[in-house]
Amino acid sequence: METRKREQANGLAVEAAGLVKVYGKERAVDGVDLAIPRGTVYGFLGPNGAGKTTTIRMLSTLIKPDGGTATIFGHDLKTESTAIKSRISLTGQYASIDEDLTGIENLVLISRLMGYTTKEAKRRAEELLSAFGLQQAAKRQVKKYSGGMRRRIDIAASIVVTPDLLFLDEPTTGLDPRSRNQVWEIVRALVGTGTTVLLTTQNLEEADQLADRIAVINRGKIIAEGTSSELKASVGTGTLTVQLLEAADQSKAASIIEQKLGVAVHVSTDGVTLSAQAKDSSIVAEALGELGKEKIGISDFSLGRPSLDEVFLTLTGQSASDHPTEEENS
Amino acid sequence: MSVQIEQDRTDFEEVHPINAVAGGKRPDPPSAMASTMAFAHRALLRIKHVPEQMFDVTVFPIIFLLMFTYLFGGAIAGSTGEYLQFLLPGILVMTVSQITMYTGIDLNNDIRKGIFDRFRTLPIWLPSALIGALLVDVIRYSLASAIMIGLGLILGFRPEGGALGVVGAVLVILLFSFSFSWIWTAAGIIMRSEKSLMMVSFLVVFPLTFVSNVFVDPSTLPSWLQGFVNINPISILATAVRGLMHGNGTLEQVGWVVVVSAIFVVIFAPLTMYLYRRKE
Repeated sequence: METRKREQANGLAVEAAGLVKVYGKERAVDGVDLAIPRGTVYGFLGPNGAGKTTTIRMLSTLIKPDGGTATIFGHDLKTESTAIKSRISLTGQYASIDEDLTGIENLVLISRLMGYTTKEAKRRAEELLSAFGLQQAAKRQVKKYSGGMRRRIDIAASIVVTPDLLFLDEPTTGLDPRSRNQVWEIVRALVGTGTTVLLTTQNLEEADQLADRIAVINRGKIIAEGTSSELKASVGTGTLTVQLLEAADQSKAASIIEQKLGVAVHVSTDGVTLSAQAKDSSIVAEALGELGKEKIGISDFSLGRPSLDEVFLTLTGQSASDHPTEEENS
Repeated sequence: MSVQIEQDRTDFEEVHPINAVAGGKRPDPPSAMASTMAFAHRALLRIKHVPEQMFDVTVFPIIFLLMFTYLFGGAIAGSTGEYLQFLLPGILVMTVSQITMYTGIDLNNDIRKGIFDRFRTLPIWLPSALIGALLVDVIRYSLASAIMIGLGLILGFRPEGGALGVVGAVLVILLFSFSFSWIWTAAGIIMRSEKSLMMVSFLVVFPLTFVSNVFVDPSTLPSWLQGFVNINPISILATAVRGLMHGNGTLEQVGWVVVVSAIFVVIFAPLTMYLYRRKE
């Protein structure tokens, strides 16, 4: 009863203030504050090494914070980890199942560890396998599964008992588009039944598609937080993107756009895509006209709301994909 | 080729995630007994799927026994038959101690894969993850003992303690090995890789088993070495096992094995669980 009262007092699944985790001299997580409402999808967006996984590992009781406080459904992370464990579930970045065992053996094991009797565990495992399209692979060792199947059985193992809060660490990294859509479908179905989902991603589209709110993380700090539209709006009204026919025209085109729009131009690594923030469309028309006068061939152009990639670029001064990749896991 | 096609087909099964949402009452967390049994079942399934791991348990005892009986028998005791009476209990102890690191190695592998994290976020009594696996190790030890004693009997081993003495001896070995294994579970959490764990366990077990009374009577050794041999846990175990098998064992000998085993468990089981919970 006590628990329920506390939960009603604040409708948050996760509340954190000033979370810190230090590895040696590096502050992997450096003062993270969170307020995640129940029944929503919250996305941690950031490059490798930003501190996403470390934050999730702290919130799921796996590692102890070096500073700050957090509560999960009102339970204190430091003192009530047992109560927290019975309400959360974690799907890590790497398959959190025994690859030598078959699909059904894994799910029966986890079901038994969740408290089902052997008979109930078997029934529950079969139910999950059929819901996740793994019936025919039930008796095959997981190490022989494809990437998409592996990810599905991993998530299945996490929802043997539907958790109130599900952590998904990069759930779609390395998946083909079809498998990725299946994972998204699973996440949406879970949220539809009231589960809160906290997911990390490096994929801006994924955060855009799934998350109700997004925290952009870089170097252990949340540098922006809000809905996808709020984040985009914070960057500006829109972005002009121009694709050149010839990479040779790049610097000339860039200087024309820079002059007309009065802002810095970002050149993509492909060398032919230029983008810049635009204040209004009439200036854009002028800039395009100028390019035509200079006989610079354009294969495509667009004026649209900024993508999350541009949000990231604006916030950090570096593209999410340009960030040096480093192993985040400890 | 056909496997590939089959995989692709199963990958195209439809998902209906909404059907996966559990209905009904959430089960209560499992009892310590229930989770221990679930983990023991996992260890048994791993033997079924990776049967190669039973190689050490079946083939090693045979090779060791044949090799040492015929290599040292003539030189040390004058005849292989006579040496076997002395050697078999000792070499049984040596063989079983050398396979005590299985659960430690499995744990080390679990940590590097993600499943360790999953276990740690489950609402279970955590030591059951290791106790379940260690109980299955007891089956390994029993199997290795049965094979070695069986072969010994064929070669001419005649335990004067009879069947009861032999069974008692094996039980003492099982108790010791279960307790000794906790050293490797602690090491399994600390070590970075399976290789380094194997190396460390070899560095510990190899000298312990050789510099003991397994192969020779310690009274032939220089006195400073005798001191070490006498307090070596492997010697203590070998003495008790020899005594029980040959019907001249004493309560004191068995008592010392119980004391040594208790010391291992009291130090290394809590240490293992401390490291298990704190692993980052």
